[in-house]
Amino acid sequence: MDATGTILLAHDEMNRPEQNTAAPTAAAMECAPPPAPTLDIDAIRAQFPVLSRRIKGNPLVYLDNGATAQKPQCVIDAIEHYYRRCNANVHRGVHHLSQQATDAYEDAREIVRAHLNAEHAHEVLFTSGTTAGINLVACSWGGANLRPGDEVIVSTMEHHSNIVPWQLICEQRGATVKELPITRSGELRMEALEAQLSERTRLVAVTHVSNVLGTINPVRRVIRLAHDHGALVLLDGAQAAPHMRIDVRALDVDFYAFSGHKVFGPTGVGALYGKEKWLDAMPPYQGGGEMIERVTFERTTFAGLPHKFEAGTPNIVGGIGLGEALAWFARLDAGALAAHEQDLLAYATARLTAIDGLSVIGTSAHKACVISFLLAGAHPFDVGALLDQQGIAVRTGHHCAQPLMDFYRTPGTVRASFALYNNRADVDALAAGVERAAAMLA
Amino acid sequence: MSIDQIQDSIIEEFNLFDQWMDKYEYLIDLGRKLPVIDSAYKTDRHLIRGCQSRVWLHAEMNDGTVRFTADSDAIITKGIIALLIRVLAGQKPEDIANAQLYFIDAIGLREHLSSTRANGLVNMVNTLQSIGRNFSGAH
Repeated sequence: MDATGTILLAHDEMNRPEQNTAAPTAAAMECAPPPAPTLDIDAIRAQFPVLSRRIKGNPLVYLDNGATAQKPQCVIDAIEHYYRRCNANVHRGVHHLSQQATDAYEDAREIVRAHLNAEHAHEVLFTSGTTAGINLVACSWGGANLRPGDEVIVSTMEHHSNIVPWQLICEQRGATVKELPITRSGELRMEALEAQLSERTRLVAVTHVSNVLGTINPVRRVIRLAHDHGALVLLDGAQAAPHMRIDVRALDVDFYAFSGHKVFGPTGVGALYGKEKWLDAMPPYQGGGEMIERVTFERTTFAGLPHKFEAGTPNIVGGIGLGEALAWFARLDAGALAAHEQDLLAYATARLTAIDGLSVIGTSAHKACVISFLLAGAHPFDVGALLDQQGIAVRTGHHCAQPLMDFYRTPGTVRASFALYNNRADVDALAAGVERAAAMLA
Repeated sequence: MSIDQIQDSIIEEFNLFDQWMDKYEYLIDLGRKLPVIDSAYKTDRHLIRGCQSRVWLHAEMNDGTVRFTADSDAIITKGIIALLIRVLAGQKPEDIANAQLYFIDAIGLREHLSSTRANGLVNMVNTLQSIGRNFSGAH
């Protein structure tokens, strides 16, 4: 079921009547939005062992989910079970354990496919994370397709991992990276995108949800515009995947990358979706075992999808853990989850903006539950340190988005990023903590 | 006072606080009282490398002892450098170079800093002590 994706995508397109309403997904048609049941957040919290920790004498208030999310017991169990009961290498052994490991790994791929609503499981490549997925596309697709004079459009709000791989490959290929500007409120300047797109544009790489601003970008419109000009689109889904279900077919996106550890799965694993027709045509990215059909010194032929792009022994337990995490996520009521996170966002925004001298960076009307802020006269590191003393985990600094920090003329921000297990008590603790820090730093 | 006497009195002062929030308050206060570096020295050459927030440090000899001024854009960092300066300022360069700064662990400063800030602290200590070495070599 795709209700969160549908709701957030619908939200994403709100007030944008020029949007074409692409054919709804099969999932959206068979399942109307649920009658707003509420999530039992206490029960959900109880599934995350780390949330019961105390830090420096205070209950942990974990608001650094944009950096990494905590893991539910079922994911921890799946990892332990794999190592205790069925550790073996995949795709090659004739023995029972190897078969079990292969089945579990490929089942996980199918879960990821379902999470993304991709057509084929072989369009899902396991990677080490979003960064690896973007680098794969930049090196393989970019290396084969970018020509001197070509352009890749990347927005001001991108994480470094959606800027630097494009700079590297464009430099090699004589192509150019163009910056798609944003507004002060933190939204893509769509009119600038329309002006930038030309026959030279080969690819547009933007984030689905900004890791700093929280902005949910109008990605359907970006994709339609890019496709109108014959350009492909890669979406960085690292910050979107934990908050909504993704429908790559409804989006008609060419490439979609996300990380396991931000969707309640293990670190060191992620997935890249690519349309079959592009992946088929792309050359292998790394060579090694698993990715070949036949090797001779004269000529090597390569395995089909997805193995062509998965050289070497994969992160087997990572893939299985990711599958477990997404299966867990899929069991939650998507509409209730969206409602819960939007409630948290509204409540946190109201509580924080009531604090003297606090300003929020990123004020789009279309936001995921991420709030970056500054306290007048206080360095973000100082705010972060004083929050840490109170058991409140936030991130401070440039958030791997230095061009965005330059745009707002600040060396960094304090970022509170929420996940579905956060509640209003966490917001209250944050607001009280920030007030205390503000009083000390004033 | 000798370096160790100053360290001991800092340890005593920090023992008065139960809560680390109060110790932070004290650090912030120290930061506000730091002898601020002349703006002419707030250049890249005076930046301490490896600190997440910017820290500028200037040292000069004054009657055989070292005088430090500093600044930082983060007030807690400023408090930390102020604390280090309080221990080392007005001392002979060779004493600065050879000082064992045991007060840092005794007051729990290192463990209460994030790892990035703890690295910054190490860089500050190294910079201060190498200044001591340089000045004693130049004697």
